[in-house]
Amino acid sequence: MVRDTNRHFKFDWITIILFLLLVGFGWLNILSASHTGTTINYFDFSQPFGKQLIFIFLTFGLIILLLAVDAKFYERFSSVIYIISMLSLVGLFLFGKNVNGATSWYAIGGMTIQPSEFAKTATALAVAKYISDLNTNINSFKDQIRTFIIIIIPAVLVLLQNDTGSTIVYGAFFFVLYREGLPKYYLTIGISTLFLSILSLKFGAIITSILALILVVSFHFLSKKKLRVFQSALILIAAFAVSFGVKFFYQSILQPHQQDRISLWLRLEKDPEKLEQMKRTFAYNLNESEKAISSGGFTGRGFLEGTRTTGKFVPEQHTDYIFSTVGEEWGFLGSAFVVVVFVLLLLRILHLAELQKSQFSRVYGYGVASIIFIHFFINIGMVMGLIPTIGIPLPLFSYGGSGLWAFTILIFIFIKLDSNKINEW
Amino acid sequence: MRQFLLFISIIAVGLVFIARLFYLQVYNSSGHDLFEDNAIRKVYDYPKRGFVYDRNGELLVANQPSYDVMVIPREVEPLDTLEFCKLLKIDKERFINKYKKAKHYSPRLPSVFVSHLSKEDYAVLQEKMRKFQGFYIQKRSLRNYETTIGANVLGDIGEVNNAIIRKDPYYKMGDLIGKQGVEASYENTLRGIKGIKFIQKDRFNRNIGPYKDGKFDTIPEQGKDITITIDAQLQAYGELLMQNKRGGVIAIEPSSGEILAMVAAPTYNPNILVGRDRSKNFTKLYNDSIAKPLFNRSLQGVYEPGSPFKLMNALIALQEEVLTPEETVTCYAGYKYGNRFMKCHCNRGTRNDMIGGIQRSCNAYFATTYRKILDKNGNASDGIDTWSKHAKSFGLGNFLGYDLKVGQKGRIPDRDYYKRIYPKTFYSTYTISNAIGQGEVATTPIQLANMVAAIANRGHYFTPHIIKNIEGETLPEQFTKPKQTTIDKANFEPVIEGMLQVYKKGTAASLQVKDIDICGKTGTVENFVKIDSLKTQLTDHSIFVAFAPKDNPKIAIAVFVENGYWGSRFAGRIASLMIEKHIKGHTTRKDMEEWLLKHSLENEYAKPYSGEPFRINGYTTLQIVEEQEYYKLKKELNRINKAEN
Repeated sequence: MVRDTNRHFKFDWITIILFLLLVGFGWLNILSASHTGTTINYFDFSQPFGKQLIFIFLTFGLIILLLAVDAKFYERFSSVIYIISMLSLVGLFLFGKNVNGATSWYAIGGMTIQPSEFAKTATALAVAKYISDLNTNINSFKDQIRTFIIIIIPAVLVLLQNDTGSTIVYGAFFFVLYREGLPKYYLTIGISTLFLSILSLKFGAIITSILALILVVSFHFLSKKKLRVFQSALILIAAFAVSFGVKFFYQSILQPHQQDRISLWLRLEKDPEKLEQMKRTFAYNLNESEKAISSGGFTGRGFLEGTRTTGKFVPEQHTDYIFSTVGEEWGFLGSAFVVVVFVLLLLRILHLAELQKSQFSRVYGYGVASIIFIHFFINIGMVMGLIPTIGIPLPLFSYGGSGLWAFTILIFIFIKLDSNKINEW
Repeated sequence: MRQFLLFISIIAVGLVFIARLFYLQVYNSSGHDLFEDNAIRKVYDYPKRGFVYDRNGELLVANQPSYDVMVIPREVEPLDTLEFCKLLKIDKERFINKYKKAKHYSPRLPSVFVSHLSKEDYAVLQEKMRKFQGFYIQKRSLRNYETTIGANVLGDIGEVNNAIIRKDPYYKMGDLIGKQGVEASYENTLRGIKGIKFIQKDRFNRNIGPYKDGKFDTIPEQGKDITITIDAQLQAYGELLMQNKRGGVIAIEPSSGEILAMVAAPTYNPNILVGRDRSKNFTKLYNDSIAKPLFNRSLQGVYEPGSPFKLMNALIALQEEVLTPEETVTCYAGYKYGNRFMKCHCNRGTRNDMIGGIQRSCNAYFATTYRKILDKNGNASDGIDTWSKHAKSFGLGNFLGYDLKVGQKGRIPDRDYYKRIYPKTFYSTYTISNAIGQGEVATTPIQLANMVAAIANRGHYFTPHIIKNIEGETLPEQFTKPKQTTIDKANFEPVIEGMLQVYKKGTAASLQVKDIDICGKTGTVENFVKIDSLKTQLTDHSIFVAFAPKDNPKIAIAVFVENGYWGSRFAGRIASLMIEKHIKGHTTRKDMEEWLLKHSLENEYAKPYSGEPFRINGYTTLQIVEEQEYYKLKKELNRINKAEN
């Protein structure tokens, strides 16, 4: 059955409505977090909320452009887009502008552009293109390596620019690869490494190693699936290596501020004096944002009524900590609403991706959902103190033109691809 | 299954987030309370505390400014402690202690760091205050006493403690509250209501502006001035006469129940409980467990009333019609009951009717009367209940309901009380001491003064009170509505006649005042203490009650002087002088005033603590005060007498 032959209405309106909801509600909160004084001039373009209004306005032009381009264009030119994007990241080392310790911006006139935001979209296109190639078999080790290289290049480039948060986002592609047939042991290794690292940091390498020993030995003798002795031994050695290696990684490779964040998250610091000091310094944002959210209560203090928001208690509240404004002014109802809208958007994209007939569209759709999911998980998790502080924006919500446009491009390319699936035979 | 990993992750993360939000915002929410919100600075505006005037409009209590250094521990930034300590004139150890204590109380609420800065220190400190983040100066208003008298009436204000803060959230750390006297009784009237300003802060602790344009701000409501019933001159005069004695004096205006004077001796200058030395001085007063200057003897002192209670027995006898005023009782210099004997001062064979009995304070007459009351129906238990009911209708044996916070019930025994002591049999003779106001009956000076006021009014009284007028308010009905006793009006006349004769030719004949018909009654009360668990008798208490004039009475008074020996010796003199002072406005008997100033009972009070054996009553000699002290008192007397004219 043909879904809808009318060209103008074949776009997935559910996704578009959810997108608009987030952008609109996001702007209200940026207004709250950045306005000063009692009277508000909505068109004061020197203020973040005014600038964001321009960004949103320009976004509509961008959307029309994205939807007007032929769907095939994105697949055909994905390699070119990827290469241009990578060059723009390399170019940062020469022409980049340093903001807050990260060299992630080009300054053009009065505006700044963050190419790393766009690189995610480019990478998603490239990965989709490579995997959907008929010659690629994700189960072969050679193709796995090649796919990893596509992902690793931008990840390393942004890491070198001191933008750790964006690097972690590239981990999102694990979901994509796994969906497309990456062997299961990657998942096992990934999850085990994460668990062992956390256990080792929290309880020490020796206890973790003993625990690993008990687990591996009991698994070896009790499991129906018989492993050979040397296989089990190998696993054990790897577990020991992780247990002891993570300490080294933590102490020698991580920078002090990263150590502090992990130490606070895992409650490694027991000295109350030191904890108090942490709360005043690097954990200040987190502490204040949790307090702001908590003070919202069930129904919130109301739009523009948050005392912590008005008093600018949470630094960077209009960017990475925007969710704390939602928490304070809109309360549990508003915050849960935002979470639900995000979940619906992600599930909708996921659902559409599974419906795609072309593998390129499906992989790309998966990429879109994964990237947004990682942002959503890390940003809100951080603002509520569930995971260590990692500075990345909340998609469509946080202040910033590059971020808004990058996510608009990411989502609307997929909407365009989806609208075109009727022609995919 | 592979397509479900991301799907499940999204759902799981969504649920975890909502659970976390629920925990932060619903389960563990800090809520919307503006007072709990540390983004909002609360600035209190303290109103003027109401002034206190005496009945003649003389200003007794006013205010003076005072400056406290406050601290909010959470907001304190590293500072130059040495300089700060120097400015505050404290040492580093004290600084650390104070800081710890404040932090322990609350890191986010203000605590008093140093209280009552002098004006000079304040001026110096104020300029440097911005250097010390987390500290600020709070202006408060302290009391300024325009007088040196009436500490027990006026009371004092002091810092609230944690228990009060928990009970009444109006009070914040460092606030002042009435602790004793009228300051405590009329706290809510005097204090007014403090105003509050909510100010939006930013994260650098700077003020951005009023929160919501001051929508929730309140302006302070000024404390109301009050006028109390005390006559400052009479009070000062009473306090002066009670110097170097212990006891209480209460003077009441019978027609209104207004307390004209309320002296508790020894007392102290109310000014010593103001300002920086307050706690030092208070501790000193509090720890004086022998003289007990904080103990308000006129309200809290429970004494056996002695002979003045005979008036009560006479009234009950007449009301119960167990005798007529004309019936006589022959006194054999005492009263024999069973194989025991109660002594009396009457000459053997004196025949006393009621007036004579009162006039000569005849023990035999009242022992007979008391027995007649109890044995009226042949059952002493019924009799004691009837007797008790009448006595209680005068406000004895219970709290009177006056508007000061301290007091004692005293004791008027009844059937139940004696049931515990004499479970099997009970005869009137068991309690014969009650006939002469000793034994189980016990009263406070204010109860006795109230009883005299009821006699003066011929049957009713107004609940004694200290408040005369509150700005713009009427007095509560409890103070303006008369309370009726159970004695008929006609039965008062013989008793009052007897009281008049006490002055004309009885036990107080030496205390007559020209042109004033005073009705009174002396009392001399045996009393005992335990010294090394040995019951030891001390010199008798000197007690006197009176009202005047006989017709249309203006004052009813009760005077208790501990260990003053017989009734007219100290108490009678003081009562007589105070009555004259109140009615005439001046006194004529300078020699009597001087006698009182000159004589001290301090060595009498020292006896039980001396560890030496001592003698009492007739074997004592009066102590003369030192010359220096005498001149000091004399000067004060001249000042009071001059002020009146």
